[in-house]
Amino acid sequence: MDKPYAIEMLNITKRFPGIIANDNITLQLRQGEIHALLGENGAGKSTLMSVLFGLYQPEEGIIKKDGKQVNIKDPNDANALGIGMVHQHFKLVECFTVLDNIIMGVEPCKFGFLRKDEARKKVLELSEKYGLMVDPDALVEDITVGMQQRTEILKMLYRDNEILIFDEPTAVLTPQEIDELMQIMKGLAKEGKSILFISHKLNEIMSVADRCTVLRKGKCIGTVNIADTSKEELSRMMVGRDVEFTVHKDIAKPGEPVLHVENLSVASKLHKNDAVRNVSFDVHEGEIVCIAGIDGNGQTELVYGLTGLEPVKSGKVMFKGKDITNAPIRQRSIMGMSHIPEDRHKHGLVLDYSLEDNLVLQRYFEPEFVNKAGFLKRNAIRQYGCRLIQQFDIRSGQGSVTSVRSMSGGNQQKAIIAREMDKDTSLLVAVQPTRGLDVGAIEYIHRQIVAQRDKGKAVLLVSLELDEVMALSDRILVMYEGEIVGELDPKKTTVEELGLYMAGAKRKEGKK
Amino acid sequence: MNREKERTPLIRRSGFQSLVASLLCIIIGLLIGYIVLLMINPSGAGNAISTIIENFFTYKKPKTQLKYFGSTLVKTAPLIMCSLSVLFAYKAGLFNIGVAGQYVVGAGASLYFALAFGMPWYVCLIAAILAGALLGAISGLLKAVCNVNEVISCIMLNWISLYLVNILLSQVKEPTSPYTFVLSSANPDAVLPSMGLSSLFSKNQYVTIAIPLAVIVAILIWILLEKTKLGYELKATGFNKNAAKYCGMKEKKNLVLTMAIAGGLSGMGAALLFLTGFEQWSCTQSAIPATGFNGIAAAFLGGLNPIGAIFSSYFIQHITVGGAYVDKTMYSAQISDLISSLIIYLCGFVFFFKYALNKRLDQRAEKKAALKAENAADTEEGGEDK
Amino acid sequence: MILLLQYTLIFASVLLLVALGGCFSEHSGVINIGLEGIMVMGALGGALVMKFMPGDTSAFMMIITVVLAAMLLGAVYSLFLAVASINFKADQTLVGSAMNLLGVAGATVFVKAMNTAENVDNVSSTIQYINAKKAFLVDIGGFEFNWFMLLALLALIFAYVALYKTRFGLRLMACGEHPQAADSVGINVKKMRYAGVLISGALGGLGGIVYITAGVSEWKFENGVAGFGFLGLAVMIFGQWKPIKIALAALLFGLFRALSNVYGGIEFLSAMNIPAAVYNMLPYIISLIVLAFTSKKSRAPKAEGIPYDKGMR
Repeated sequence: MDKPYAIEMLNITKRFPGIIANDNITLQLRQGEIHALLGENGAGKSTLMSVLFGLYQPEEGIIKKDGKQVNIKDPNDANALGIGMVHQHFKLVECFTVLDNIIMGVEPCKFGFLRKDEARKKVLELSEKYGLMVDPDALVEDITVGMQQRTEILKMLYRDNEILIFDEPTAVLTPQEIDELMQIMKGLAKEGKSILFISHKLNEIMSVADRCTVLRKGKCIGTVNIADTSKEELSRMMVGRDVEFTVHKDIAKPGEPVLHVENLSVASKLHKNDAVRNVSFDVHEGEIVCIAGIDGNGQTELVYGLTGLEPVKSGKVMFKGKDITNAPIRQRSIMGMSHIPEDRHKHGLVLDYSLEDNLVLQRYFEPEFVNKAGFLKRNAIRQYGCRLIQQFDIRSGQGSVTSVRSMSGGNQQKAIIAREMDKDTSLLVAVQPTRGLDVGAIEYIHRQIVAQRDKGKAVLLVSLELDEVMALSDRILVMYEGEIVGELDPKKTTVEELGLYMAGAKRKEGKK
Repeated sequence: MNREKERTPLIRRSGFQSLVASLLCIIIGLLIGYIVLLMINPSGAGNAISTIIENFFTYKKPKTQLKYFGSTLVKTAPLIMCSLSVLFAYKAGLFNIGVAGQYVVGAGASLYFALAFGMPWYVCLIAAILAGALLGAISGLLKAVCNVNEVISCIMLNWISLYLVNILLSQVKEPTSPYTFVLSSANPDAVLPSMGLSSLFSKNQYVTIAIPLAVIVAILIWILLEKTKLGYELKATGFNKNAAKYCGMKEKKNLVLTMAIAGGLSGMGAALLFLTGFEQWSCTQSAIPATGFNGIAAAFLGGLNPIGAIFSSYFIQHITVGGAYVDKTMYSAQISDLISSLIIYLCGFVFFFKYALNKRLDQRAEKKAALKAENAADTEEGGEDK
Repeated sequence: MILLLQYTLIFASVLLLVALGGCFSEHSGVINIGLEGIMVMGALGGALVMKFMPGDTSAFMMIITVVLAAMLLGAVYSLFLAVASINFKADQTLVGSAMNLLGVAGATVFVKAMNTAENVDNVSSTIQYINAKKAFLVDIGGFEFNWFMLLALLALIFAYVALYKTRFGLRLMACGEHPQAADSVGINVKKMRYAGVLISGALGGLGGIVYITAGVSEWKFENGVAGFGFLGLAVMIFGQWKPIKIALAALLFGLFRALSNVYGGIEFLSAMNIPAAVYNMLPYIISLIVLAFTSKKSRAPKAEGIPYDKGMR
């Protein structure tokens, strides 16, 4: 029954300064199988794929194709070996037709002139053979996300790729489209293609994959036959461990509701479906409510809607009893909403400004910092900056005049935290506040967040890290595909159960 | 409070790097200019390039020198204004190529108010500012409301304003020439006052308060950008549009305001030249005056700093005027245009230069650190190597 | 009326060539503000050939050499843009603006130097080509046909075929729309962008020589090309970056430009007594209005103006 291996990645180790992204990972893909690659964010999946495509050279380990060792220096080498990938964000030229996108790079030509008829024939043959319905002459910008994905698959098939990699292919699809994709993948495998399926979603893996390799924190946890395993076991393999951070905190004493969200929907920028669908919840004084979920399930858009960075499509947002659904950002901020943004470089900081100028970014217009004539009170800004620097222990080369660009990530984040916590706030929206930081900084930030709660502030924490969710939250809301699929009490739940919710394998109807 | 303060080495400072880059652009520009001169006629090249650099110093008498120094300054004032316009918009993330058109409407408004309505100089000056600001605001509005790229709309508006001003000023032109009336005789009130400045420059009648005014505006712009709430917002928008939105700044309002201020600066620049009577407007001109475009050069050469713009504007004007003195039997005056356009072109490489320099410095620092670490390890192990 | 048609066609030819030039550059992802300067350089190349070719050169040879010289000089000059924007990630608007100034200044210095070398008293920046220009003209019953009109038509066909029917065009446009996608299928983005800019230079240069021979028999290079490069860009945008639409836009803009030359001869227009400047202005006003209404969903190549960085996938 064991078929030969199409691709073997043996004992791959890839280090980056400070971390080992892949630690002695072995992944063996059999010919004609669907092999799932499962792991949390940051488990090392994308690094492993980058190694396979020659974007990174591993420090140790070898890659074999059909039993022979190969050397992959760049993506073109990978293409030549018949390895193709459907990226999470499609690489399609929107104003081109489906056909043009498929043949791009390997165009059938005579004297440099395109022979599209030939190409169209081949595409139609392939699309019939594998059940990939596309309209070759439609423009990519006009077709559904599902058809765009089929175009990407046809791109691989047109190049006669034997090894097909799907990177989180279902993230942007509707349930019907997902079912279709599953059928297509099975069909491809039946025709002898070898498929590597990268996913977080346990249901999908259970329904389509033959085997599954699980990564956790850069290490290979194991490879199991799907027939011999269960969702629970996979979930345990993916997340199963003791919670690493312990945060000392007292029992929450929730007070009045501060934020009230009712049937909120927010459109997506990436696809035509709504990113947030009909979401309702409350956040009270003195509690930390955590939005848990795997990246790309609508958390970002939810926060954009709450903070006013993007308009909401429908629904209502009430803040301290006032309707702020369509209020400008500045008004929300003055009313007492603080926001630690997901991307500190994109939103949180003006990197070319000095530290002190960044520290007053949310307050520069207050009479404390600007006089009636519109002049900034530089001395006041300096003093304020120095106070926050000391109070929050922000380290930088030249104190308050340091260019923020030259500071370390941890201290940049501390600057944002200082700014957002020091202002008179009633609600703190913190999105992945510890992303990319070292343990010391993480502990520090966790302590600060708990301190806010203990001061009676409401905290809405969005996090992808299960440990962080379990350690900090008083209440957990799990988001999956734009909806809140469960509300959990961190004291009564386990990481495994949380993992099942996050992977869409479990869902609770209605809230307690 | 004994925080450790590390001093940034000079070469790491952004201001210093800008200065070095600008000087390099000037040197390379002059060098290429020299080579061109050599190719045209080797015998006089050295003489010609030094003539360009000397400008008014070619005159022997100090009195004459002073007079022509004055003339260079007269033409520097509008250039300072145009470069301020460009850099002000650039700080807020906009490329104001419309500086040329805003300059043109400034000229049109000031001359029309002076010649058709007989208004005094300050009214004409304000009219020029408003006209420029209006044109700038149109570009800003088109971008804010209709999403029209400011570069494209500015280019269109440049030509529209040129033809409009030609039509407008045809009503106040001399019957026998394409030029507008001589200001000093048609409406002496509209001539900018000299306040005794002209006597400082050997009675150069064109030296007026325009020159100190331009310098004052440069300083004001510096203050506006560095010291005020508005400057803080505009620069934040220019550096990081998303962060500006995140903290609730009104980006669209600021966009229109920025373009209006930039336009006002260019418009005022034109008034500072035409209200001295130094030049008359030619109503048949089919090319947009180069002062606006030179403003782009001066802005970038000055490291996008208002104070730097004063010096870079002077330099560009200095060599442009200097070009007029080269030996016409061998070379043409446009050699200085050639040099200044080369300098703008080279300014395009400044960002890459800074990037490469910083990367180089980083690498060297890293190597040094690594070496230090290695040495330290060696000593610990009691290595024999020194 | 024939005069109007003739002027319309010749100005439309200029605009078509220049706009197609811009079109190639922008489809590859590089904004070419420097077309004005490129036109001057192309005009210089063509004018020099016309000046120095022996008087008995056959019309055919004359046309070929003039065209080649203009295209060559335009393409070489466009390297200024290509190197700065593709290799050094310079601000394309800044570099383009510099090239416009540099083109006029460079050509003026060169022509003046040349004129002075011939005759010490001649300090003008003018080149004459009264006789050579005749090679391009064919009189068809009062209508002065210019071979350049045919050339512009050929350029249109070339552009259409190259962009939509060849492998080159497909890859070029991919680089302007989504360079990461192009790179991921093994297309060399830098090489394609160089190709786009160079073609743009060749077409812009050709447009330059057509422009200076359109109505006159000598050209003063100090004057540059009076904004025709920018007008070409306007035509390109008006034509939504598509060759056929660009051709129609060029005809429209050419008509307005021609009107300003010949309106005195058309009774009802001269009776209205509108200054020539109004006709000059109209194309810009129209394109601005059109832009205001169409820019929300602009068809501009999505990646234009953004330097491509291989590291950013």
